[in-house]
Amino acid sequence: MSFLDIRGLSVRLKKGPALLRRVSLQVQAAEVRGLVGESGAGKSMIGKAVLGILPPSVEVSEGEIFLDGVDLLRMAPSERRRKIGAVAALIPQDPLTALNPSHRIGPQITDRLVDILGWTRARAEARALELLAEVQIPDPARVMRSYPHELSGGMRQRILIASAFAAEPKLIVADEPTTALDVTVQKQILRLIAGMQARHGTALLFVTHDLGVVSKVCQKLSVLYSGLVVEDTSVAEFFTAPRHPYSAALLAATPKYTDPLAGLNPVPDAVIDAVRAEVAAFDRMRHG
Amino acid sequence: MVDGRSLTRRRAGARLWLSLTWLGLLCLAALFAPWVAPKDPLAQDLFLGRLPPFWVTGAEPGYYLGTDSLGRDVLSRIIHGGRVALMVALIAGVATCLLGATLGLLAGFLRGWVDMLVSRFIDIWMAFPPVLFSILLIAVMGPGLWSIILAIVVIDWTRFARVIRAEAMAQGAMDYVASARVAGRGRLGTMVREILPNVLPTVVVLLTLEMGIAVIVEAILSFVNLSISTDDPTWGGMIAEGRTSIHQAWWVLVFPLITLFLTVLAFSQLGEGLKDRFDPVLR
Repeated sequence: MSFLDIRGLSVRLKKGPALLRRVSLQVQAAEVRGLVGESGAGKSMIGKAVLGILPPSVEVSEGEIFLDGVDLLRMAPSERRRKIGAVAALIPQDPLTALNPSHRIGPQITDRLVDILGWTRARAEARALELLAEVQIPDPARVMRSYPHELSGGMRQRILIASAFAAEPKLIVADEPTTALDVTVQKQILRLIAGMQARHGTALLFVTHDLGVVSKVCQKLSVLYSGLVVEDTSVAEFFTAPRHPYSAALLAATPKYTDPLAGLNPVPDAVIDAVRAEVAAFDRMRHG
Repeated sequence: MVDGRSLTRRRAGARLWLSLTWLGLLCLAALFAPWVAPKDPLAQDLFLGRLPPFWVTGAEPGYYLGTDSLGRDVLSRIIHGGRVALMVALIAGVATCLLGATLGLLAGFLRGWVDMLVSRFIDIWMAFPPVLFSILLIAVMGPGLWSIILAIVVIDWTRFARVIRAEAMAQGAMDYVASARVAGRGRLGTMVREILPNVLPTVVVLLTLEMGIAVIVEAILSFVNLSISTDDPTWGGMIAEGRTSIHQAWWVLVFPLITLFLTVLAFSQLGEGLKDRFDPVLR
């Protein structure tokens, strides 16, 4: 069985419209799956559902999420939290709000290991230092004593990556980890995540809207439109022979740096209409 | 070359130290009032009525800030009045803070039915006119120190609850809260570890403001004679008495008023100073 196996997951606003429409996807151990789609397509929602941090205004209406062989949605909340905390972690989108401004960096990484996983303080601190060095932070001991506001955005994202890997999770959800960063820093962070993933053998669910990022980091790919998975494929196949017209249009819409004068190719209206019709057909089928 | 930051830093420090000095002196004077006060605050001497403060001609040695119409020493009465004022400030301020901040934190972080309950409660509470409400409360319970404290707590907890609820909601939406939840922290653990430290600077500022407000409320209630028994000196009571003889003896009114003013100012400046000093984001 896959390490993460989402089967027919539907999420909706409480008594409102659907946000995810029977999403199914698998992530094997040590595999990187990209989730792409426009804003509002439900990419982040999938990651949040897996990690049990859906906003309170949203509910799961059907489906199963098997993480490490157990169905998260059938577990008691406290049990689910323990399971998720033991095998999964999050690399959040915005490094500026993802570190608690009131605590020094060291305790932010180590406290969870000590309080929740029962490590000794010495072991947690050694681990934190080791990981901060691994994400190429100069003078990790000093950074451990710093407050988040004393560090740059790129540094903070490195710290968040180190923190995510601290407990050796089997699965990490990276929710657009480079979107809030400068383009120059993006590339380093991306390389860092890919390197860490390969070294630690962690499965990665990589939420992004940047196909360039997908081509560099991912092996598998799910393309979403309006909460519907329109294509589930390998990255190699996607870039050479996308099956769904929407995927093909997305690919064509990516600006080519080799030919800056070519201009932009927005997704054609006909393709949007077709994929919308698909979503509508899905909803009609569901409601008879 | 003068660095702008060091300038603001020094001002923040001065604010903190000045207010701490004033409040510290006041606390010491109140604590050791029987030894510090030059005269018995209740001793009347009609022959020594309406003596002016020491620098005005006609002053009597030993009566530094003059006497009131019954010949009681104004300075000694201010010192003894400080006991009531500071006690009310401390107890009422802390109790209001604990009640209001706790409810606000729970409502803002847990949301759901807790938030519904607390928010509706605040709405209803704020529809009562506060002064009438406190007068009613004291009329029912009878005047006394604990009635005043209770009245302040019952009326002012909403001030804390509203502000802290909003702060907790804003903090709750931050990614670090999501990270903590993913790592396996429970709801209460997340609230105490992640949210509380970030609303604490606001709590401290509100607390010191509330202490100032408590001093004023106590003075107002004393002014309308609803405070503790009329024998014990209070700043509000002194101001009320001084009002009747303002043209003959201004000092009976002015000195308690200045003390009151400085104390309330010191409390609010203490909060700002502490915030400047200890908030890691501002620091």
